[in-house]
Amino acid sequence: MQKSFAGQKGPKVRSDCYIEIEETNSGGIKIDLKSKVDVMYGSSIKSMLLEMCKYFKIKNANILCEDSGALPFTISARFESAIKRLHPEITDEFLLPMNKNNLYSTVKDKLRRSRLYLPGNEPKFYPNAGLHSPDGIILDLEDSVSPTEKDSAQFLVRNALRSINFYGAERMVRINQLPKGLDDLKFVIPHNVNLILIPKCESTNEVLETVEIVNELKSKNKISNEIIFMPIIESALGVEKAFEIATASENICALAVGLEDYTADIGTQRTAEGTESFYARSQIINAAKAAKIQAIDTVFSDINDMEGLRKSVLEAKQLGFEGKGCIHPRQIKVINEAFLPEKNEIDKAKKIVIAFDDAKSKGLGVVSLGSKMIDAPIVKRAEKTIKLAVENSLLDKNWKSNEIS
Amino acid sequence: MKLVKNAAGRFVPTRINKRDEIPYKGIGKFRPKGNKAKPPIRTCIDYPTDGNKLVSSLEEALKKAGLKDGMTISTHHHLRNGDVLTNQLFDTIKKMGIKNIRWFPSASFPCHQHLIQYLEDGTIHHIEGSMNGPLGKFTTDGKMKGIGVLRSHGGRYQSIQDGEVHIDIAVIAAPTADPFGNATGDQGKSACGLLGFALGDSEYADRVIVVTDNLVPFPCIPWQIQGNNVDFVVQTDSLGDSSKIVSGTTEVTKSPDRLLIAEYVAQFFEDAGILKDGFSFQAGAGGTNLAFALFLKEKMKAKNIKARFIRGGSTKYLVEMLEEGLTDYILDGQTFDLEGVRSMHENANHVNTSPFTSYNYHGKGNFASILDVVVLGATEVDLNFNANVVTHSDGYLLHGIGGWQNCLFSKCTILAIPSFRDRIPVIVDEVTTLCGPGELVDVIVTERGIAINPKRKDLIEAVKNTKLPIKTIKEIYNEVNEICGGIPSKPKVNKNKVVAVVKWVDGTILDSVFQKV
Repeated sequence: MQKSFAGQKGPKVRSDCYIEIEETNSGGIKIDLKSKVDVMYGSSIKSMLLEMCKYFKIKNANILCEDSGALPFTISARFESAIKRLHPEITDEFLLPMNKNNLYSTVKDKLRRSRLYLPGNEPKFYPNAGLHSPDGIILDLEDSVSPTEKDSAQFLVRNALRSINFYGAERMVRINQLPKGLDDLKFVIPHNVNLILIPKCESTNEVLETVEIVNELKSKNKISNEIIFMPIIESALGVEKAFEIATASENICALAVGLEDYTADIGTQRTAEGTESFYARSQIINAAKAAKIQAIDTVFSDINDMEGLRKSVLEAKQLGFEGKGCIHPRQIKVINEAFLPEKNEIDKAKKIVIAFDDAKSKGLGVVSLGSKMIDAPIVKRAEKTIKLAVENSLLDKNWKSNEIS
Repeated sequence: MKLVKNAAGRFVPTRINKRDEIPYKGIGKFRPKGNKAKPPIRTCIDYPTDGNKLVSSLEEALKKAGLKDGMTISTHHHLRNGDVLTNQLFDTIKKMGIKNIRWFPSASFPCHQHLIQYLEDGTIHHIEGSMNGPLGKFTTDGKMKGIGVLRSHGGRYQSIQDGEVHIDIAVIAAPTADPFGNATGDQGKSACGLLGFALGDSEYADRVIVVTDNLVPFPCIPWQIQGNNVDFVVQTDSLGDSSKIVSGTTEVTKSPDRLLIAEYVAQFFEDAGILKDGFSFQAGAGGTNLAFALFLKEKMKAKNIKARFIRGGSTKYLVEMLEEGLTDYILDGQTFDLEGVRSMHENANHVNTSPFTSYNYHGKGNFASILDVVVLGATEVDLNFNANVVTHSDGYLLHGIGGWQNCLFSKCTILAIPSFRDRIPVIVDEVTTLCGPGELVDVIVTERGIAINPKRKDLIEAVKNTKLPIKTIKEIYNEVNEICGGIPSKPKVNKNKVVAVVKWVDGTILDSVFQKV
């Protein structure tokens, strides 16, 4: 008999399940459910499994489900993965309803201070990730997923995009390094992903190929929302090509840097001081700014060193980065706060906005502050600084009237 | 079995283990009558003139204490999951051919799984105390010969004091003792901090046996248990596994979701105006509670605020607060780690307390209601803020009540709970077992938001214009059910078979636990 399985089991597994399916010649569907929530959800789990058998036209099978409190999106993904490992020829997808809280889009210049990485094959991290208020959540199909589980992670990420409320965080997916990553796109594009991270990017080709497939999928699925891209530069060659990559598509919103792979590529080790990556980081920032997009820093690996993280963020900010990756939710607050404008930045922004308003009210075409000219991009940036300060209680929302009186 | 509906709307028996019981009447509605229990009057004429009450073995002590079928034997959970003595005690009772014992522990632990064989063979008739883990499953499956009775720590003291439970023989594990029977918990290889749970037993039991693995010459100072209340002293090689009695250290949770809850709790203290000079609070030793204490400590330092006292289980984190001058006193109800033990031994302001001092509801005043705020957990909370700590939503008994019920009387009771565990909602439409009436639960703090009991208009007003994520409990309930995939089914139980009952702090019957089918 043909048999396959998917998922995880064992004493340390939480919020996941292991599903085994053995197709038989007769006897109908037999479900052996071992679940810690059998009393509460046993019937509904069996119903879902039966519904999926019917959907995929499986008439005779023995199904074993060892459930450690998996949510419906996980059970569904694991079972679909097990079925398709048995029947790779099946192309139909069993889709759960789209959570109405998930129907929001993004823009190129969105605030991206903190991006929380979630391993694509670990469902236990998903339901509460958005509660920690990251600016973005990255469902990772690349390095955090072991090679044998790439297919399983695709179903899980697809289901998470539909079912899990990320509470307003930008919905990001890191696909695999191309060309494998192109196969990931059909699992995410139809399900309201906001942003695609393209890892280990070394040329414009990776960007263009990705954009092409995305556009095809958008057209096929009648998707009108903007989907934007964030190439991750992780090698010496990538650093050299940074500006070309940054300008390869108008839908690139940022360049990110991945320093683990970069330091390996140049044959050295990461240090706390970051001397070995200073050149690369500066080049990437320069390329991003030249292309008028954001520069995003790499992750900080020591989740117990919050003071080290803060210093790292302040340094990144000083260099010109506008965001940083997170590998643990507790890093989000530190990163978000460190990227907030400081008092002198806020004061300067206030002066710029007031001067601009004053000039406009006088019908003047030219604005100056002290000895410096103020142009539109400067005003726009000042307004963003003000907005951020108000949203984070660093500035009263009625600051203008307070200032003038 | 005859069941009646009590004031909380729960169905409870009126006769339990051949004794008439009173259904719960409501908060503050039951007034006890009569007098406190009186232990027999003893005379020193019957005890060794030289003060040496040592006997050769536990068996000899039990014989001299007059152990008979059907008696009540009490034990205490100072040794927690490292307790070997209780298992040895019942091995001995079994060997002596004694049956139908009512076991009256202050708490039970998974290590007491050993006793299931004695529950099966009739050595033990039933447990009145707590039924944790394997003992809970045994009970819920309907296998115990009698009906289990769950009480809070304060309720246990009250039952002894009021004569509701008469203890024939109390067996007290003592990390250090002298031949006279003076005993303490803050010294010795099995040091556990304090022996407060045994105080009532030592005062009221007909016979008291102290068992120690660290016998010292008279006098054992301090004497948390007074030798004048002790009949026999037994020396043993080891009381149990010291690594499971107290931890080398207790650990703050690393879970980001639990840390978020802890952070919200500390922020609530501040925004609600609770955090001010001279305030008092209680928190337990779970990972979330430790984290909350750390966040609170930061706020206290930043605002230069000092607590008058902190009560509850002591850990190194509370000890640090005492030593850094952030509180005048620790009033210790249970010592959880080695730093707690050291501090109690060295610092006069680290005061050991007992359930009489801090939890007895039938006394002249209530310590618990003096507290400004208490932070507790729960297994379930329902839409009326009723809470459960003894069963999970699958219906199985899993935890004891501990001091939880007693703490509910504080000026602000906060339950810090996850909104769901794996796929099990913690906020439910109706609790599986009622342990704490909703009138006493003021605030629910989850990672998904904070719900304030509508009757606390003062708290609602205080946090109105803050950044805290205030929601109705119904909103959190709806959100959680959506995540978990619908409202969970209820466990199937046999409503005609009560396997255990939950006592309220005044001795009345608050709820029943039914046999699972």
